[in-house]
Amino acid sequence: MQLARVIGDVVATRKDDNLTGMKLLIVQPITPDRQPVGRPLVAVDAVGAGVGEDVFFVRGKEASFPFYPAEPPVDAGIVGIIDHWDVG
Amino acid sequence: MLLAKIVGTVVATRKDPRLVSNKLLVVRPIDPRGKAEGNYLVAVDTVDAGVGETVLIVSGSSARMASGLKDCPVDAAVVGIIDEIDINE
Repeated sequence: MQLARVIGDVVATRKDDNLTGMKLLIVQPITPDRQPVGRPLVAVDAVGAGVGEDVFFVRGKEASFPFYPAEPPVDAGIVGIIDHWDVG
Repeated sequence: MLLAKIVGTVVATRKDPRLVSNKLLVVRPIDPRGKAEGNYLVAVDTVDAGVGETVLIVSGSSARMASGLKDCPVDAAVVGIIDEIDINE
């Protein structure tokens, strides 16, 4: 999983049927000191995250597992909202 | 998933049988502000997208979960047409 901050959302009216009702958010991967690292991407939300929150997301087919037995075509999914972290 | 702009189409007569009758598009990934970045991709269209549109691309094995692509040899699929992008940093 990767740390990221939710920086926006996207709206798509026409989309795969299995994406209906899913929230699509733009996440920017970050380092533990909250610096952006790498490119922003679109991730499906499985936990009710919103813009401005720090989250972790999973990549690959596993991003669809929170929606089992549905199989939405997603390759990145937010699976946790971070309350805080400690890095020594 | 990636945001991308469709820049063209691909025609291939000889191809894997499971790709027959799928529309292949050339797409260029963009960042949320619309700036092109990275390499061009060939993606299978599942939502009737067209050149010039901004779309959502799913890559890797997840692309096979798009409508009609079960067991197809693909690693990128267009699964949505983007109406609006909101950035709020």
